[in-house]
Amino acid sequence: MDYIGEHLLPGQLGQFFIVLSLVASLVATFSYFKSAQSKIEEDSTYWRKLARLAFITESFSVFAIFAILFYIIYNHLFEYHYAWKHSSLSLEFKYLLACFWEGQEGSFMLWSLWHCVLGLILIKTSKKWEAPVMTVVSFMQFCLATMIAGLYILGWKMGSNPFVLLRDSGVLDNAPGLHMNMDVTQALKPDYMLSIKDGNDLNPLLQNYWMVIHPPVLFMGFASTIVPFAFVIAGLWKKNFGEWTKPALPWALFSAAVLGVGIMMGAMWAYESLTFGGYWAWDPVENASLVPWLILISGIHTLLIYKHSGHSLRATHLFFILSFAFVLYSTFLTRSGILGEASVHAFTDLGMNFQLLTFLLIFVLPALVFFYIRYKEIPSIQKEENTSSREFWMFIGALVFFLSAIVIIGKTSLPVFNKIFGTKIAPPEDAEFAYNSIQVYVAVIIGLLTAITQYLKYKETSGKYFWKKIGIPTVIAIIAATLVLLYGDINYNKKGPVFLGSIWLAVACSVYAIIANTAYIWVGINGKLKLSGGSVSHVGFGMVLLGILISSSNKEVLSNNINGIPAPLDKNEDPRENLTLVQGLTSDMGKYSLTYEGDSSHPKKQLSFYKIHFKSKNGKEEFTLTPNSFVNYKGNEGLMSNPDARHYWDHDVFTYITSIANPDKTKDTTAFKTNNLKPGDSLFYSSGFMILQDVKEKDSLPVAIFGEKGTLHEAALKVYSKTGSIYSVTSRLAVAKGELLSLPDTIIAESLILQLQKVNPDKSIEIGTKESNSVMKYVTIKAYKFPFINLLWGGVVITAIGILMSMIRRIRLNRNNLSGS
Amino acid sequence: MVFGLTLQSQIKNMKKIHIALLVLIAGAIAVLLTFLKTASTYDTIDTAIAKPGKFVHLMARLDKSQPIEYDAIKNPNYLSFTAVDTLGKSVKVVYHNAKPDNMEMSERLVLKGNYHDGFFDCKDIQTKCPSKYKDNMKATDKNLQSTSTPATTNSAESK
Repeated sequence: MDYIGEHLLPGQLGQFFIVLSLVASLVATFSYFKSAQSKIEEDSTYWRKLARLAFITESFSVFAIFAILFYIIYNHLFEYHYAWKHSSLSLEFKYLLACFWEGQEGSFMLWSLWHCVLGLILIKTSKKWEAPVMTVVSFMQFCLATMIAGLYILGWKMGSNPFVLLRDSGVLDNAPGLHMNMDVTQALKPDYMLSIKDGNDLNPLLQNYWMVIHPPVLFMGFASTIVPFAFVIAGLWKKNFGEWTKPALPWALFSAAVLGVGIMMGAMWAYESLTFGGYWAWDPVENASLVPWLILISGIHTLLIYKHSGHSLRATHLFFILSFAFVLYSTFLTRSGILGEASVHAFTDLGMNFQLLTFLLIFVLPALVFFYIRYKEIPSIQKEENTSSREFWMFIGALVFFLSAIVIIGKTSLPVFNKIFGTKIAPPEDAEFAYNSIQVYVAVIIGLLTAITQYLKYKETSGKYFWKKIGIPTVIAIIAATLVLLYGDINYNKKGPVFLGSIWLAVACSVYAIIANTAYIWVGINGKLKLSGGSVSHVGFGMVLLGILISSSNKEVLSNNINGIPAPLDKNEDPRENLTLVQGLTSDMGKYSLTYEGDSSHPKKQLSFYKIHFKSKNGKEEFTLTPNSFVNYKGNEGLMSNPDARHYWDHDVFTYITSIANPDKTKDTTAFKTNNLKPGDSLFYSSGFMILQDVKEKDSLPVAIFGEKGTLHEAALKVYSKTGSIYSVTSRLAVAKGELLSLPDTIIAESLILQLQKVNPDKSIEIGTKESNSVMKYVTIKAYKFPFINLLWGGVVITAIGILMSMIRRIRLNRNNLSGS
Repeated sequence: MVFGLTLQSQIKNMKKIHIALLVLIAGAIAVLLTFLKTASTYDTIDTAIAKPGKFVHLMARLDKSQPIEYDAIKNPNYLSFTAVDTLGKSVKVVYHNAKPDNMEMSERLVLKGNYHDGFFDCKDIQTKCPSKYKDNMKATDKNLQSTSTPATTNSAESK
């Protein structure tokens, strides 16, 4: 049957290239394998040529798939499920890319695309390592191709295809209006496309510029971890154990820089767009990407130890294998749906758990077994490291980093643990503190080791040399750390004095790391910038630590509620962090007075912007923030809020909307309208109804207030609003000292005022209702202050620059060595 | 496994680095075991009430027949409602934070907090919205404009 308005060609082309990439990557894997195994030079060359051809074909296919899918999204071809599900006509151009990788399929393709780029560079540069290394990369490409294959093999679905048509995806199956004769068992109407006017759009939370740039960088980081891994495998395979470390080191450095920046871009996104109250929440998705980075850094350090002393080669093998293994594990965690309740931003389950698990095990198990078998053959030095040597303390540092990663992933894997053992263990009360309380000590150790280790020499260091070099930087660091602690105002008391003390210690150690490494550039290497990559990245890392410690422990809730109902706060209770602002009324918030000035709407979307005017009481600052909220957006009921921030060099002020007045309220009667009600009767008002529950006469009234013959009647009503909210109200009528007093109750959210006017002996009442003329507009907000966040972002940039400086130096060294030998 | 091997082969002449290794690994294991100790549990209303004051994850849903008390102008930090679980038990819940806007539409709630003094004192609510993606294509039918979305998990965290 032909349907009207479909464009089937792009999908068919896409299918073709998916199959081609699947076949080509398999051919490349096989040919590279043959080339690596072949003992005869000509055979090896023959297979390598074939393999290159296959890999280039595979790369071309992946680029073609990428381009075709983008074409479909760009042209809003909603007959394709992927375009329909992830984009819409109103989506801005810059977010078309973001919706490309919103889905699992697109992000797998992104990953695969980077492997192609890296693979082509490897073909060009890795010389004799090409065949074994590219065998691993090509096999990875084959595995990734199966993820988007969407083929059925013996009834088992392999992968999820991005070119599935909307009518084949099952989405339309239960929509009678799109089928012949309004019957879902019959075929679709030929002109069903006329009804598909717009797509589902990108999740509003992802409509942020960081979502355009963060995933490509992060996936480049993920993709690049395969290179050190592939070199390890190649070394084990060819029994050429140490030599691979030379070409692998620049790759490992590249991977560390890109992955690190990618992770922190995600943190910036969380900081700027998500309403989780910060840049890092120890969410499983965040942790799962951090862990491979930590292990990779361990691997780089043990590799350097090996280069300079011959120690730690075995550990380097293990770290590079595990770093890649945890990339795959994080893929499994975030895409399988196993995290369930534990994460707020994992992918939705596509029913590919078995395939994802296979993907993980097919790499990790053979690699670890291979490592185990060859373990004895990997050279190691029996002589013990001297405790005054650089390699000893570097190894301890690498080990601490590695174990910190293992602890983090262990805690993150709680849902996996529950699944395997059938337990029902939930995260602890303060999940973030469970991480922070341990990682703060990691920061202490790493800060300290980062500071001193460069001042030690490989093999052994004389005490005199060490103290001479490190003496002055240490004195400066002690002074600086004291100043920071004295004037930094770090008083995080919530978790007791021990934790605060640990934070102080960690602050001191990170200050030490910054100063000692800065000094080392002159004291240690005489200002030779070429050699200073390591020091620069350590300075940056020290800044990252300091930035994390100061900004997290000094984070301040500005919107602590003080003018709501003065509910007494228990000592243990959380501060009440929401503040309601009525339009036009200036409210008090700490050192600011706030006014909600009004709102405006996006021309095309259900997106509202709320103008909140901040004015500091000392009159020095005055600014307007415009946080926005998607209201009931495309089936996402409720609010999806994006904050707005005012940036200063030393702090940021953030605010976002947590609740708004119900927008579809109607009104209005100016005077009370009297109604007669009996208990159980209902009464309608413009946006709902109420039921009289009960009428009571209170006795034993205090004579001092009510006089001798005082009475007090209470009418309890339940108000059911159209929106689903239910309110309990009590309206009171009193006779006190001969005077009739009516105490009306108000439901401001509904602009409704109820006044008990008369109570009859038969419990029937007269009640006045009034709906106020002007709809009272209000928003409820939260506001935060984050200090010194720029120290963190700056630290990340400097760390990355330092790592890249080292990488460039290592690439040059490798080249010179080759041309020299 | 691998480290164990290292130790086995060289247990006779333990190096300082191996001692450090052992100490650090033991530390890491201790940390993970402590973590399991501090971990909380997923509970039903009955089991949560049975351990007053203890922090639990309560799996329940909103009882729509009971009032939701929330008035942002009076107090934006007080929400009270009734939760009911699959066993039919119900409990009053108090949450000192803004009302999650999609609460009425949620099919499940994960309430983190503890039970004391006759109500469940909630520190954090996670709302689980129905997967309209699969079931609710009537929306497509109604307005002939597709409005369905995949399952959303929204967090109303008080962090």
